[in-house]
Amino acid sequence: MTRRQRNSGLIAMAVAFVIFILPFAFTFLMAVKTKKEAALMLFSWPTEWHFWDNFTEVIQARNYMLLLAYFNSTVITVAAVSGLIVMGAMVGYVLQRRPSGWNKVIYAGVLMGLIVPPAVVPTIWVLQGLGLFKSLTGMVLIQIAYGLAFSVLLYRSFIATIPRDLDEAAIIDGAKPWAIFFKVILPLLKPVTVTLITVQSIAIFNDFTNPLYYLPGKENVTVQLTLFNFQSQFQSQFNLLFMNILLVTIPPLIVFVFFNRQIVAGMTAGAVKG
Amino acid sequence: MKLIPSAALLAAFALTAGLAQADTVLSVLADGNAETVAALDALTKAYTAAHPDITFEIETHPGGADGDNMVKTRLATGEGGDIIQYNSGSLFQALDPVKNLADLSDIQANVIDSFKTVVTASDGTVRGVPFGAAMGGGIYYNKKIYADLGLSVPKTWAEFMANNEKIKAAGKVAVAETFGDTWTSQLFVLADFFNVQAEVPNFAADYTANKAKYASTPAAMRGFEHLEEVFKGGYMNEDFGAAKFDDGVRMVATGEAAHYPMLTFALGNIKQNFPDNVNDVGFFAQPGPDAAKNGLTVWMPAALYVPAASKHVAEAKAFLAYVASVDGCNEMIKANGATGPYLIKDCKLPADVPPSVADMLPYFQNGATAPALEFLSPIKGPALEQITVEVGSGIRPAAEAAGLYDQDVEKQAKQLGLPNW
Amino acid sequence: MTRRRSPYPYWFVLPAAVVFTVLFLVPTLASLWFSLTRWDLFTASFIGLDNYRQFFKEPFLVQGLVNTVIYAALTSVSKSVLGLLLAVLLTSGILWQSFLRAVIFFPVLVSTIGVGITFTALMHPTRGAINIGLAAIGIHGPAWLSNPELALYSVAFIDLWKGIGLATLIYIAGLAAISPDYYEAARIDGATRVQQFWRVTVPLVRPATVTVVTLSLIGGLRSFDIIWATTRGGPGFASDVLASVIYKQYQAGFYGLATAGNVILFALIALIILPLTWWFNKREIDL
Repeated sequence: MTRRQRNSGLIAMAVAFVIFILPFAFTFLMAVKTKKEAALMLFSWPTEWHFWDNFTEVIQARNYMLLLAYFNSTVITVAAVSGLIVMGAMVGYVLQRRPSGWNKVIYAGVLMGLIVPPAVVPTIWVLQGLGLFKSLTGMVLIQIAYGLAFSVLLYRSFIATIPRDLDEAAIIDGAKPWAIFFKVILPLLKPVTVTLITVQSIAIFNDFTNPLYYLPGKENVTVQLTLFNFQSQFQSQFNLLFMNILLVTIPPLIVFVFFNRQIVAGMTAGAVKG
Repeated sequence: MKLIPSAALLAAFALTAGLAQADTVLSVLADGNAETVAALDALTKAYTAAHPDITFEIETHPGGADGDNMVKTRLATGEGGDIIQYNSGSLFQALDPVKNLADLSDIQANVIDSFKTVVTASDGTVRGVPFGAAMGGGIYYNKKIYADLGLSVPKTWAEFMANNEKIKAAGKVAVAETFGDTWTSQLFVLADFFNVQAEVPNFAADYTANKAKYASTPAAMRGFEHLEEVFKGGYMNEDFGAAKFDDGVRMVATGEAAHYPMLTFALGNIKQNFPDNVNDVGFFAQPGPDAAKNGLTVWMPAALYVPAASKHVAEAKAFLAYVASVDGCNEMIKANGATGPYLIKDCKLPADVPPSVADMLPYFQNGATAPALEFLSPIKGPALEQITVEVGSGIRPAAEAAGLYDQDVEKQAKQLGLPNW
Repeated sequence: MTRRRSPYPYWFVLPAAVVFTVLFLVPTLASLWFSLTRWDLFTASFIGLDNYRQFFKEPFLVQGLVNTVIYAALTSVSKSVLGLLLAVLLTSGILWQSFLRAVIFFPVLVSTIGVGITFTALMHPTRGAINIGLAAIGIHGPAWLSNPELALYSVAFIDLWKGIGLATLIYIAGLAAISPDYYEAARIDGATRVQQFWRVTVPLVRPATVTVVTLSLIGGLRSFDIIWATTRGGPGFASDVLASVIYKQYQAGFYGLATAGNVILFALIALIILPLTWWFNKREIDL
């Protein structure tokens, strides 16, 4: 490591400390303060540490609402991301491998999916017609519908880097299309799948607007909605509000720590070649 | 002779017992205010104690426009549950009550007439029962600051401004404003309605009929001008743009600020967060141009409704009948204390009310009250709170703001499909 | 000779197509109809183009439109420029490189509401840590989120803070795809570091630039969450963007009007993004 590299590292760290680390330190410190101290909103060291008190109070609030919310959000995220992986990869595969007039239609759909803001109230109508309004299934399908465009694009460009020889060898072996896809192609898509899992699971887990509209009901609460609800309930209890922020940030953090190293690899091959 | 009624009673008992096997759970949708939740908790607990077969599930929604939206969407989609707590007046009318809410005309025996009018649908049926106490819109003041500076409660706007000047000169914040919660910015305009009506008695009717406008009615525009004057005078707290309702309550309760224009339900918050300061806070109606014609603008409490799509209309109505009884009323007073007069006949307030409530009662006793405009006219422009923030922050002059609000009102009137618009 | 069935059957597209059509296309098409009605969720009555007329009469709409464009341009330009610079820095083998990468990606993990609450507290005019910090060095900090001239820019800054990590990540991936041979060749030609940046990095990282600009521009034009979580379009209408104007119409129960606004927002995005994509693609062929 050159002196230049060391010095830039030191400067970068100093800047990153002020801009990125301090706000998180603030969140953490607020979360462990007493109600009175937190209300001052000062960036100060807590005079008394109330980590466990605040923690248990937030968990127990509204009859353990947060735990239910964790469960719901996890179910929605896992199901929707799985759906996005399979469906996105399948479309990307056909799109990349089989040029035809249909591709224009698919691209038009993808483009619409990227830029058209969803029409909320008509969507509620459709969901009701299907009996899926207020259900986790409905929410999962909505997240899939809204996330498909991005997934298809990501997979299509990555599949372009997989040599056709591989599928052709499998075709000659007499493998069925679904077998080629699930046994040969899908495993090769792992790097970009990791990227997709990270980006989409964070987005879906942190989504607030869509559950607000499509998933009303106490039994359907998601983690971001607890934050939104607690915002009015805890208006004068910043310590609990910030503790809640801290708690709902943990699952995305775990995903990130787990996949951190692989994300860039997937991006290199996928997203940027679009 | 004695046998027959008891047989009937027995039969009735058997009937309810038959129903009881169903063990009904009534779902209640309400705003998340601490006072709302406390009152609902008390009422439902008392009711379940008397009727063990009925239990409740209370769900809260965010306040303000987000909540309005949620309630409307739920009702429209038939997901309103069994009981909804929601505003009376123009917001009630926007729910399309004839279609969406059950008729509650037969459980109104104890409800005061003035309340019935604000929950009456266009077909003349009553669709709600009162939940909570009536509120006044006016100005909370810190009695200690008033005593220290030797000020007296103003009866005219000029006196109010003179007080502000003295308070400012004494190095204190004269008026707390909390535009971080935008709705709080509307008070000077909305609470001025008693004064508007005193000067232009037909304003509400003409305004609904598209004949009177804020911008062309000097008395109506005064509310906007007052807000502007307070800003220009430099009487506000420095963080007025970011402060929240809770901050405003704190400032006036603890003497950081001398005045806070607010609805009287803020007392609940003072009691909860600043119990030691309850007796330091007084209240007066928004002063107008004429001391002889000063009075209080009154907000009716929210109501409880039964969505027409509920599967337990009968059970929900039975509970609401209890809420609208003297017993129910006393239960609410027990839960939240007396924050203002209740709309139930024979429901008396306890004698030892806090000063800010005591200050409010004479207006009612002397008949010097007028309902807020939103209870006299179905039209309230949705952008008023943003417009008043602009005036109160010096972004837009009062006259222009009044004109802008008239346009906003027009949009609402058209949406409601009112004649003449 | 019978035509062999393709190994890339169209039924692969079917599940995705069904979900997308039913839950996205159908509501979108329905919204075109509802935008021509006065709709209170209960009944819809046809009123022709009145909603569009009303929307353009909306006094705050013009400001909202201008704000939308400013906001989107500001966030996407700053994300691409800073993202590229940070990516270059964080691939140059500096001290604590991987830790720094993780640190700037961290805000991406936090929900918008969480970020909104945190920054509302930090940017409080009198009690916020930012202004207290500034006061310590003798500067009287402004009301970041409640000064009408500043609010939009403060929110754009928060958006940048939250989104820069993703832009940097995409650029890091883009840089990794550039073959070291190009730099080698440039060095042999005697190019300085700055010259290498302009002649090798910038042109060759173009695919990543396209991704970052397009994604952040679309995101910026549609941006709503972060604005709603901080200023709610205020003070007054100072930081209103199209999406928040629409949302307010929606909240007020003007469903037809809100839906018309949605159609207008869509038109604006298409108007900006389509020519841009076309231009990006054309340049790609030129290269």
